[in-house]
Amino acid sequence: MSFQIKETPDSYDVIIVGSGAGGGMASKILSEAGLSVAVVEAGGDFDPAKDEDRTQLRPPWESPRRGAGTRIRPFGDFDQAIGGWDIEGEPYTHKDGTKFDWFRSRMVGGRTNHWGRISLRFGPNDFKRASIDGLGTDWPIGYDDLKPYYDKVDKLIGVFGSKEGIYNEPDGFFLPPPKPRLHELFLKKGADKAGMPMIPGRLSMLTRPINNERGTCFFCAQCNRACQAYADFSAGTCLVHPAMKKGKVDLYTYSMVRKVITDEQGLATGVSFVSKMDMKEYKLRSRVVVLGASACESARIMMNSKSKTHPNGIGGDSGALGRYLHDSTGADRMGILPDLFDRERYNEDGVGGMHMYTPWWLDNKKLDFARGYHIEYWGGMGQPSYGAGGGMDTMRKYLKDEFGNPSPNGGYGEGLKKDIKRVYGATLGMSGRGESVPRYENYCEIDPNGTVDKYGIPVLRFKYNWTDQELKQAQHMHDTFEEILTNAGAILLGSKPGPESDYGLHAPGRIIHEVGTTRMGSSPKGSVLNSNCQAHDCKNLFVVDAGSFVSQADKNPTWTILALSWRTSDYIVEQLKQKNI
Amino acid sequence: MNRRENLKLLFTGSIGAGLLMTGCEPEQTTLAHEPVLASGGTPGNRTEEEKIRDAELLAEKFFTEAERKKLDTLGDIICPADSESPAASELKVTDFIDFMMVDQPGNQTRMRGGLMWLDFEADEKFGKLFNDLSQDQVMQIVDLVAWPDKATPEYEGAVKWFNLVRNMVCSGYFSTQAGWKYIDYRGNTPNVWDGVPQEVLDKHGLSNPEKYKELYLKPEDRANVVQWDDEGNIIG
Repeated sequence: MSFQIKETPDSYDVIIVGSGAGGGMASKILSEAGLSVAVVEAGGDFDPAKDEDRTQLRPPWESPRRGAGTRIRPFGDFDQAIGGWDIEGEPYTHKDGTKFDWFRSRMVGGRTNHWGRISLRFGPNDFKRASIDGLGTDWPIGYDDLKPYYDKVDKLIGVFGSKEGIYNEPDGFFLPPPKPRLHELFLKKGADKAGMPMIPGRLSMLTRPINNERGTCFFCAQCNRACQAYADFSAGTCLVHPAMKKGKVDLYTYSMVRKVITDEQGLATGVSFVSKMDMKEYKLRSRVVVLGASACESARIMMNSKSKTHPNGIGGDSGALGRYLHDSTGADRMGILPDLFDRERYNEDGVGGMHMYTPWWLDNKKLDFARGYHIEYWGGMGQPSYGAGGGMDTMRKYLKDEFGNPSPNGGYGEGLKKDIKRVYGATLGMSGRGESVPRYENYCEIDPNGTVDKYGIPVLRFKYNWTDQELKQAQHMHDTFEEILTNAGAILLGSKPGPESDYGLHAPGRIIHEVGTTRMGSSPKGSVLNSNCQAHDCKNLFVVDAGSFVSQADKNPTWTILALSWRTSDYIVEQLKQKNI
Repeated sequence: MNRRENLKLLFTGSIGAGLLMTGCEPEQTTLAHEPVLASGGTPGNRTEEEKIRDAELLAEKFFTEAERKKLDTLGDIICPADSESPAASELKVTDFIDFMMVDQPGNQTRMRGGLMWLDFEADEKFGKLFNDLSQDQVMQIVDLVAWPDKATPEYEGAVKWFNLVRNMVCSGYFSTQAGWKYIDYRGNTPNVWDGVPQEVLDKHGLSNPEKYKELYLKPEDRANVVQWDDEGNIIG
């Protein structure tokens, strides 16, 4: 971890708040244009190539909890994302007993340290959903506006996949995909039988090199631990650190931004932040401020940026700031596949995610819900760590001895050990990740009861409800899951969730795809940003995270964040050249 | 020196774990167990709070001597030694469970309650403490709760507790080097994935989708920087 702070702040061309996908991309493009850049990050820096920061390839016995999750690493003790849904001293609140779980990563690279590297382009339909189904709002831009940037992102960062020619799943510049794992072939059989597509995954791992600066994937399945060869995408290793090496980029770590400072004309002049190291307030000045702190955090900063010229915060008069908050829908199901009992052993780790997936394949006009979902598959001979050998109290009965007699559930002894060995690698499952309909009624706001975090910064209060659209979609997911698993020869585990448990639909925020809180649009009423992600009411303030999204699509947002941030960065360079800002 | 400073000093490497275990005050000198798990907690990009927390948790012990003895007994029943692998006690599974009790305190009451029930049941049946039972008597009690589908309703709660014990013992057993060897896990090492071995595909009557045959990664290409044409086709 490195720490850097300046008692006498310099002035920069650009201050970027946050170092994740959006902030990281902006730091690279803006510094390459010759601008001086300050990246202000709320957490610390790290480099997975240094042994002291490495968690990759560490076996579970190097962790006293054998890799189990903790409060600040909910995805496991070796996961590199530091933060989680519940950060000490950084609370958030809820209105009317509704649920929203807010995942944050306090570190260089932000949530790109966590994500599944599923790198899907939004398709032409994804920008024009209102025109298709009458719900929500169209984006002010379309696929053609972003296509050149998606192309550049593919080439800069690298993503494997296959050209399919599916209209709303645009192809790109793909690296060769890895061959499927065994359980994926079984699931493919199940999907084929159901008449569903199942195609190579599109994940940002380098199966082949794209340049001489980053290594290639060596198939350990541990991208979430950060790659010491930089063979996967995270904003720290692929964007921020390279930008710091080549350009005029200063990184301010452990720096929690309170607000954007504005002048009498209402223009941004810099930011004020609290250093977590000495708990003192610091100010930095710049010509342009770029927010990439994550959709909700950037909205929070704008709400807290109250001044004489912006009495309701920046963007506060739009009627859209904090509104239209929406996360992906999510539901999961698991099964056990007798064909995989007593399976042959070989190294099946593969890349850190699925080798095959199912893009949305149906027409909503023939369904009772509005938007689609994709399916992610999992299973295989993964690394035994915390939780290994568990669940034999319910699962052991599916094993049969040589005479066809089922094993008893539970038990102990050599027989139990043998059955654990026999069942290893035979469970599998899938997760649906879908598009929800953005709603004005789902939002974050500054907590009106005056709650502050430990830095004295007012916190967010959330109000979020799923509607019938999402519930029906989750119900459809579960029907599909059962069909695929059964077709593949698997026995379903658990039971199908019904209305009493919202059809297994995860609470909003759990899928960590929240977007929309500073959405773009053509009018300063009803949108916070214009189509270049520039604030309508503060022309030298830009937002490069997923706050600008008008709708989420049934795709993971990162590739679109990267493309939009690149496009916005080009626009900033152009506007500075023309002296418009 | 307060406890926190003490723990911070530990990370400078100048003071060994002995100080941590004994503390500065006399009343802290009687901690029962040596730390047998990773002495400094999990490595790799830890925050200061994580380092301190791990060290504190590792210094803390949840189980009493009698409870440890019960868990050692149960651990070796659940995962005994065999010709291929060691017993749970050899793999210090009880130490792992003890750590998990302080790391995830939500399980403490359930775990302790079940361990107390063992003494109740031993007294009812044999007029002894569980730790004083013969192996045969121990097995009589274990068999009451180890088989969820056969257990009588009066043991429903104890069955659930034993499920927890089984899960914790297996978790601690199979997440070790010996556990990996037994289960025959072959991964966690750099390699080149080139698909499911042909004989395995053949056995299951499966094959890689023909459509992508030419597209899939070829191991020999892994060293070459990729080149595309304008349409996104790989040309080099």
